[in-house]
Order: sequence, then C-alpha cells, then structure tokens
Amino acid sequence: MSGDCILTIDHLTMRFGGIVAVNDLSLDAGRRKITALIGPNGAGKTTVFNCITGFYKPSSGTMRLTHDSGTEIHLERLNDFRISKQAKVARTFQNVRLFPGMTVLENLLVAQHNALMLASGLTFLGLIGTPSWRAAEKRAIDHASLWLDRIGLLARADDAAGNLAYGDQRRLEIARAMCTEPALLCLDEPAAGLNARESAALSELLLSIRDEHGVSILLIEHDMSVVMEISDHVVVMDYGVKIAEGSPHEVRDDPKVIAAYLGADEEEAIAVMESGT
Amino acid sequence: MSASRGPGALFIFKKALISAVVALVLFSLMIGIRTEAGPTGQLIYWTRFSDLTLMVAAVFGGSIAVELLRQWWGPAGTVRLVPPGVQTALTLGRRAVAPLLLVFTFLVPVIFYDQRYILDLGILVLTYVMLGWGLNVVVGLAGLLDLGYAAFYAVGAYSYALLATNFGLSFLVCLPLAGMLASLWGVMLGFPVLRLRGDYLAIVTLAFGEIIRLVILNWQSLTGGPNGISGIPRPSLFGIPLTPGDDGLAAKLGIEFSATHRIVFLFYLILALALLTNWVTIRLRRLPIGRAWEALREDEVACRALGINTTTTKLTAFATGALFGGLAGAFFATRQGFISPESFTFQESALVLAIVVLGGMGSQLGVALAALTMIGGFELFRGLDQYRMLVFGLVMVFLMVWRPRGLVGHRAPTVFLQSNQAISSDLVREGHG
Repeated sequence: MSGDCILTIDHLTMRFGGIVAVNDLSLDAGRRKITALIGPNGAGKTTVFNCITGFYKPSSGTMRLTHDSGTEIHLERLNDFRISKQAKVARTFQNVRLFPGMTVLENLLVAQHNALMLASGLTFLGLIGTPSWRAAEKRAIDHASLWLDRIGLLARADDAAGNLAYGDQRRLEIARAMCTEPALLCLDEPAAGLNARESAALSELLLSIRDEHGVSILLIEHDMSVVMEISDHVVVMDYGVKIAEGSPHEVRDDPKVIAAYLGADEEEAIAVMESGT
Repeated sequence: MSASRGPGALFIFKKALISAVVALVLFSLMIGIRTEAGPTGQLIYWTRFSDLTLMVAAVFGGSIAVELLRQWWGPAGTVRLVPPGVQTALTLGRRAVAPLLLVFTFLVPVIFYDQRYILDLGILVLTYVMLGWGLNVVVGLAGLLDLGYAAFYAVGAYSYALLATNFGLSFLVCLPLAGMLASLWGVMLGFPVLRLRGDYLAIVTLAFGEIIRLVILNWQSLTGGPNGISGIPRPSLFGIPLTPGDDGLAAKLGIEFSATHRIVFLFYLILALALLTNWVTIRLRRLPIGRAWEALREDEVACRALGINTTTTKLTAFATGALFGGLAGAFFATRQGFISPESFTFQESALVLAIVVLGGMGSQLGVALAALTMIGGFELFRGLDQYRMLVFGLVMVFLMVWRPRGLVGHRAPTVFLQSNQAISSDLVREGHG
C-alpha cells in the first residue's frame, strides 16, 4: 500500500522452535485507516499482534511505527509495557481480559495509569492530596465517564466488570484501550460472540474512533460483515504468509482467499466460483 | 418425611459409624496410649481409653449433628430471602463495626488499666494487626504470595536494635531508619522474584525468609547469633524516659510513677503505628499505584498491554509491605528489650499470612478482625492446656468452611460515580502473579 502509513511491517518472521508461525510477512497499516487482518484459524494473525504489541520478540524483521509528529519508533526494540506507554499502541485480547473484580470505572482509570502517576507526583503528592492531584483525578474520571457514555455503559459504571454481559465486556475493553490515548489500536476479534445488532453497533463505534479520534485501527476479525463494512484495506494470511491484500471487494473475489477459507486447492475454488455464477 | 428431606436415618447412622471408626483408628495411638521417658530413660506408657472413648463418641455425635444440620439448612446454594428490615439492620451493623472497634481500642487502656495481662495481649494483637495490614499490601492488593514476611519484621527489629545499642540513636530516629532498611530488603527480594509466579514465587519468598534468619543466626560478630541482642533501649516520649528517676515522665508531670505507664505508652505507640499503616494503605488504594497493584492481581497481561510497568509496580508493593513490617519489627524490639532469631521463624510468616487470608484478602477491617480472632482466640483457649492447638485448629477449619473467602469477603471499590457498592468476592481474583 502506498501513501501515509502509521505502521510498516517488513519481513516479519516468528518461529517457535521448529514451527514457523509467521513467515516473512510484510504489511502496511494506513494512517487513520482501518486495516483488517483476516485468515483461517491458525494462520498466525494473533502471533502478528503479539509481535506488534511486544508480547513476543520476533525472530527477524522490523516493525516501524510513525507518529503524526514524524517520530519513528521500532517496535521490535521496545519491550512489553513501553509499547503502550511510548509507542502508543493499545490492544484488546481475543478472550476478553478485563479486571473482573474491579468496577467498570476503575478499569478505565487503570488504563490512564501513566498520566495519573505523573499527576500524583509518583504517589507522593497524591498521598498528601494536593489540589493539583484532585483536579487530575477528577479529569480522569470525567474522561472515563465520557467513554462510558460512548459505549452506553455509564449507568453501570459502579458495577464489577466481571458482572457485565459478554458484549458489554468487549465494548468496555475497547474503551479501556482507548483511554490509554493510543495512536494505533489493535483489536483481536472484537466481534466474536456478538449478535447482529451488537456487531452493527461495534462497526459504528470503530468508524467513529477512526473518524473522530483520528486513531488508526488494525483489526483481526472473522465476522465478514464487519470486515467488509468498515475496512479500508484487508490483508489475508494463511499458514503464516500473506496470500492476498487489497480493498475488501478485491479480496472477497480472490480465488486464493476462497481456497484458503474452504481449505481446497486453488483450481477447485475457481471451479466452485464459476459454477456458482 | 425423611425421604422428602434427603437421606434417611440409616444413612446418617452409617456415616456417623464410619467417621467414628476412622476417629478410633486415628486417635487410638494419638490419645489412647501415652508414652514418656522414665527416670532411668526407659519407656513408660499408660493407656487413656476413657479419653479415647470420649473422643470417638464426640466424633460420632458430631457427625450426626452435622448431617442433621445440613438437612435442616437445605442444599448448598439455596437462596434465602432476608426481610428488607433485617437487611438494612445488618448493613448498618456492618458499617458500625469499624468505628466501634476503633473507639473500643482507644479505650482499652482506660478500661483495663490495672490488668497488665489484657494490656500486653492488646499490644500483641495490635502488632499482628499492623503486620497483617503490611502483608495485606503485598498479598491482598498486589496478589503476590509472600511466605517470608517475617524477614522484614526481623530486619526492622535488628536494624532498630543495632542502631540504638551501637550508636545510641533515639527511637524516633531509628524507627524510620528501620522501616527504610526493611523496605530496601523488600526491593532486594523483589528483583529475583519478578518473573516468578504462583507456587514458585511462594517458594522463593520462603527461602528468602530463611536466608535472613540464618544470616542473623550465624553472623555472630554483628547480631550476637543465637544469643540475640539484649539491653535494647526502651522508647521515650520525645526524649523523656518513662523511668522512676527524677528526669522521668512521671516526675516531670508530678504524678506517682507506675510501671503501667510504660505499657500504656507502648499500647498507644503501636496503635498509632498500626493506624498510620491503615491510613497510608487506604490512601494508596485510591491512588494510581494502588489501582495498579489491584489490576496486577486481576490480570498481569492486561496491565502490560495498558502500559503499566509491572516491574516497578511489584517492587513498590514489596517495598511498601516491607516498610510496615520493618516498623512493626522496630516496635517489637523496643517493647521486648531483647531479640533473638527465634522470634522470626517461618511460623511467624505463616501466622501473619493466615491472618491476611482469614481476614479476606485486601480487606483492612477483615485483617484487623482476623488478627483479633487468631491472637485473641489463641489466648482464649489457654485453659484447655494440651488441647489448645487442636481446638484452635478446629475453629480455624470451621471459620474457613463458613467463610471461604475470609471474614470480610467482598471488595470495596476505590472510586465510584453514583453508588458505592461492594464487589462480590467471586469476581475478585487472588492473583499470585
């Protein structure tokens, strides 16, 4: 993809012993665009995410993140928490990882940890309770309330996160990631387990995150209705390699993609397509 | 009737019989036969079959009682409707527990002024309340299982003892120094265990506790080894000693000297230290660092994804917990006037951990109640002589069955928008990350 990219991955390879989970993958994620990463189960999509967000150290390859200011950051050189703190990459997880025993509001305050830590004078000013800290805390709560309002959970702010319905938990996880003020938001199957109405609401939320907050989104998703509706660019992976990319419509009609999803040979897939049309 | 209410009389009888047989086998040697070494070293033994019979009968009767109770209570998980009036009364009662307990604690030296035993017990309970609150930061909030907490208690005590005896520094100078030194050791323990989780973390902290104790035991030239350190200065009230002499507090105030003054002073000193621990912990919980501790307990991976530095978060938890342990240790040294490695064994760590777990992990009130139950209860059963440990153990087992998540089994949120509602312990994770 040409043009302005927030994330450029070059020749990324990730090996686990003898298994090559991701093999020489190169992809670009456009600035203020939604890039979808799709592929059958076990294609290596989540491994790519784990490399980007620092949970794995890639075996080889580079991942270059360019902020709006022009600063370039090599993600493979940062480790775990610094990717969120310095590179401003936030993520959600395939199996939702909230803090179940904390309230919905507390979950969003934990996400603002680094900003609040500075405001509390590394705890010392906060311990005394200076006015500047109180003001910062109030701002953080207002910011969290704003996001709760956006995802329709304001009324449940004081409930335990573990008590929310599954769809609400997924939305809360996205809101929590957004509270870290990211430049790039990585979502691992945000529509998994959602019903049609919830998926539609999710699409709307993601589009507004892109358009109103100017955040770039990298998305792993199996729900094709969501992918087709909101993606600007789609990258298809199978067995750790990229097999196709392009606009949603280009990808949908690509015989290689259909073959990968059907688990069949390319020729067979073409035959199926031709007999169908 | 019996058919509709569950198993019949025959079943209950059979179950009780089996329990009685098991008890007979178990206790026949433990209680039935008593052995002792005679005056010339030979083995003397005599039988105590009456005690054995009593014990087996108690198990038999107890088994029937438990089974009947269970039938009366209904299956586990039965939802019982509590009238709203009773509910509000219960909530009010629960809210009043903490303030009432605090007021009572303040009045203890006034009420029991001439009962030295009660005052000493009160000081002991408060020491454990403080230790429990300190460990609560590490185990209850950050979810890091620490089996070597007595190490920090020891570091605090020895720091105070050495500084006070060798350099003649006053209590108010030594106290923060002892706390800081313990805190430093907390960080030193923190570094190697950062990458460990669960059981492995517990084992390393256990080893750390033993290392500190063994170093103290063997470093004769500094710590006096097994002989310990004696002649540790008693605390003074801003430099005024509590002695019978002319420069003592009693003489300055123009009142008659009494040895109880010092005990009362120690009581309020440990109360102040414990309340300081409580206040700091409550404040910290509402600050980003405290929330990060709890988030770490809930899900470490999610914490890292949110840009939280888990290394410093864990280290600050260890350091804060160790700080309070060290302060309690310094108090212990000044109260006893003599310390030796025997006071800082694994049993001490286990006792403090038991207090935190029994109290309900993370709950300040729960830990205070648990310390009162454990230390006070242990004294309460003193009259039972050799059965003291047995009864005490049984009470602990019953308490944990009755309240598996501790005496106060819910988590209070640190911040709220509209309503401050407690979170059920079923949702709160135990951590050990």
